[in-house]
Amino acid sequence: MWSVLKHILKTGVVSEPAPDAGDAKRELDRLNDEILRILGRALTIREVDAGSCNACELEIHALNNPYYNLEGSGIKFVASPRHADMLLVTGPVTKNMENAVKIAYACTPDPKLVVAVGDCGCGCGEIGQLFGPNYATCGAVENVIPVDVRIPGCPPTPLALMQGILAAVRTR
Amino acid sequence: MFLFDDEPIDFTLQPGLAAPVWRGRAADGDELKDFAAAVQLAGGRLAALWGSDCRAAGKGFRLDVVFGLNEGHAWVRLDLPEQGNECPVYPDLSGRFPAANRMQRATRDLVGIATEGGDQRPWLRHGGWPADWYPLRHDAGEAPAFDNRPTDYDFVQVGGEGAHEIPVGPIHAGIIEPGHFRFSVIGERLLRLEQRLGYQHKGVERRLAGADFSTGAKLVGRISGDSTCAFAWAYASAVEAACGVEPSPRALALRALILERERIANHLGDLGMLGNDAAFAFGLAQFFRLKEDWVRLNAQLFGHRFMMDSIVPGGVAQDLDAAALAAIVAQCEAIGPAVKELRRIYDEHAGLQDRFLTTGPIDAALARELSLSGMAARATGLILDGRAYRQGYTPPPPWAQFGVRPATDERGDVAARVAVRFDEVFESLRLLRLLAAGMPAGEIRRPVVPVADASGLGIVEGWRGEVLVGVRFGADGRLARVHPHDPSWQAWPALEHAVMKDIVPDFPLINKSFNLSYSGQDI
Ligand code: SF4
Repeated sequence: MWSVLKHILKTGVVSEPAPDAGDAKRELDRLNDEILRILGRALTIREVDAGSCNACELEIHALNNPYYNLEGSGIKFVASPRHADMLLVTGPVTKNMENAVKIAYACTPDPKLVVAVGDCGCGCGEIGQLFGPNYATCGAVENVIPVDVRIPGCPPTPLALMQGILAAVRTR
Repeated sequence: MFLFDDEPIDFTLQPGLAAPVWRGRAADGDELKDFAAAVQLAGGRLAALWGSDCRAAGKGFRLDVVFGLNEGHAWVRLDLPEQGNECPVYPDLSGRFPAANRMQRATRDLVGIATEGGDQRPWLRHGGWPADWYPLRHDAGEAPAFDNRPTDYDFVQVGGEGAHEIPVGPIHAGIIEPGHFRFSVIGERLLRLEQRLGYQHKGVERRLAGADFSTGAKLVGRISGDSTCAFAWAYASAVEAACGVEPSPRALALRALILERERIANHLGDLGMLGNDAAFAFGLAQFFRLKEDWVRLNAQLFGHRFMMDSIVPGGVAQDLDAAALAAIVAQCEAIGPAVKELRRIYDEHAGLQDRFLTTGPIDAALARELSLSGMAARATGLILDGRAYRQGYTPPPPWAQFGVRPATDERGDVAARVAVRFDEVFESLRLLRLLAAGMPAGEIRRPVVPVADASGLGIVEGWRGEVLVGVRFGADGRLARVHPHDPSWQAWPALEHAVMKDIVPDFPLINKSFNLSYSGQDI
């Protein structure tokens, strides 16, 4: 226990500028503040992977690392769509996930927000094209359920994800 | 040459610098079956299996099977003549190599060639397209209009008093890929786990057919995002073997550097997650901090946090200057002691060790039987690492010069997989320093000109295990068939075995200790 505490103290709060990330850090602080202000309460997100390559998930995971500290802004990932305000959907929606995505959407209480993540989830850019509709995929999240905000990128960076989530919150 | 004394298949060595591959052709199903028996007797593995439709070139269908031997890989092809409207058949290999089961079923779903007897349940097809329509046939055309209704799946039922089932997925509770797990339990004791995968199936192999090889690199780099560099390298090696291109020493060293950076990033993330799954959030915060530093340097040096599209056929896309190499060394110096200290904390933490030790065990005999490769196989004591010397096997450049030390642990449990990850982080840090210090001078990319009808196989030791890509060009110099194979194919069944002695709440931890790819298997 002692060594754990020591390590925590030694590490300090890393939610601080990385040597060359001054601007990104300020942007991050502003985003965190704005999310808190606009929401005034917690936002709950159900992440649904509908055929991603998993790199989009890696960046969504990174949102909860101490640098981005999304939970610190009152944003929480939840296990059930029934507890969620927002669906964050990645991947070109495989045929094998199409039904599950529709069910998750139906289970999310109104008013719900849907954010499509990644070039293949948004059906944009070269990668969106490469993963366009075929026998196995629907091609983009918006081909399956209504989408409020798109976050392009392959994968989008954590900062882009935060901006996109904020943009979605602002639409309300 | 002949790989076994009394086997009739004649092999030739694939030219080039990459991992040793012998190619041969089985005259008929019996020859393939006998060869598989010889491989099994010699302690070999089933590395991959896929099918193709070559009727457009007047060659019927074709089955490709790759076996892992001590000395390298044997790539056997079997031609299957067209039989009117019948589905051509070949011998079921799953009796000798259980790993064949799912690969064979996927081959039937996609190409419409099947095993004689054996498990005929669909694997990748869940009802999204009709059973008699095969997406990888050259005359498949657009998928017919069809109601996408999930089909029932014939799970094996466990009977007995008090036994019941817990279905989980396809959408899981966390931020994780989709798949379905059917647990049979009594109380909280697990009796059986059966997986149903395929939810991530994106039809990538069909997208690859007819693409040019540069587009192919982009697609193969997105088979499994956490292994993008391993896939890109295996694909590049396959294309280079087919086109007779030898990458420069500098390109090979840069590829190795990229691959080891990918390995460390994944191990750091997983070590954090493993702490978290054992209720030690401190571990998650610390390791994720280190991982974030790590991928930020990737973004700075390669323009991408996961180095996607950095390895390309012919070499690499970006060069690193002296300052970049110095930054890599400096980062290794900083992160090494930090990981060392975290390891000490993990090792001394009674609560963590209590969850890790003896949980989710598999042994070396099972690992061998299931054709397991990579980190999970080494955690049972098997010395199986494509980068390292073993008796009879010399690793391809640039590895040979470094004397890579494979990390092993005999326990086979979660604790062993944690220990192997720690050891591999340290070994990769050592390799990175050597690679940066001894970076050869020269060009980073050589031109690649497609060769009509040529084929090649590339094999790379990714962080999870053996990543393998088979490539065949068509007469027009475009890709006729590409098969990317993720090590998760062999490892998913190992997970089914690993959970059998534990309780339901241990599942997330055991699962994480393997951290298998859904997308890589489902493609
Ligand atoms: S957008 Fe790119 S990173 Fe995200 S899932 Fe699609 S291919 Fe992977």
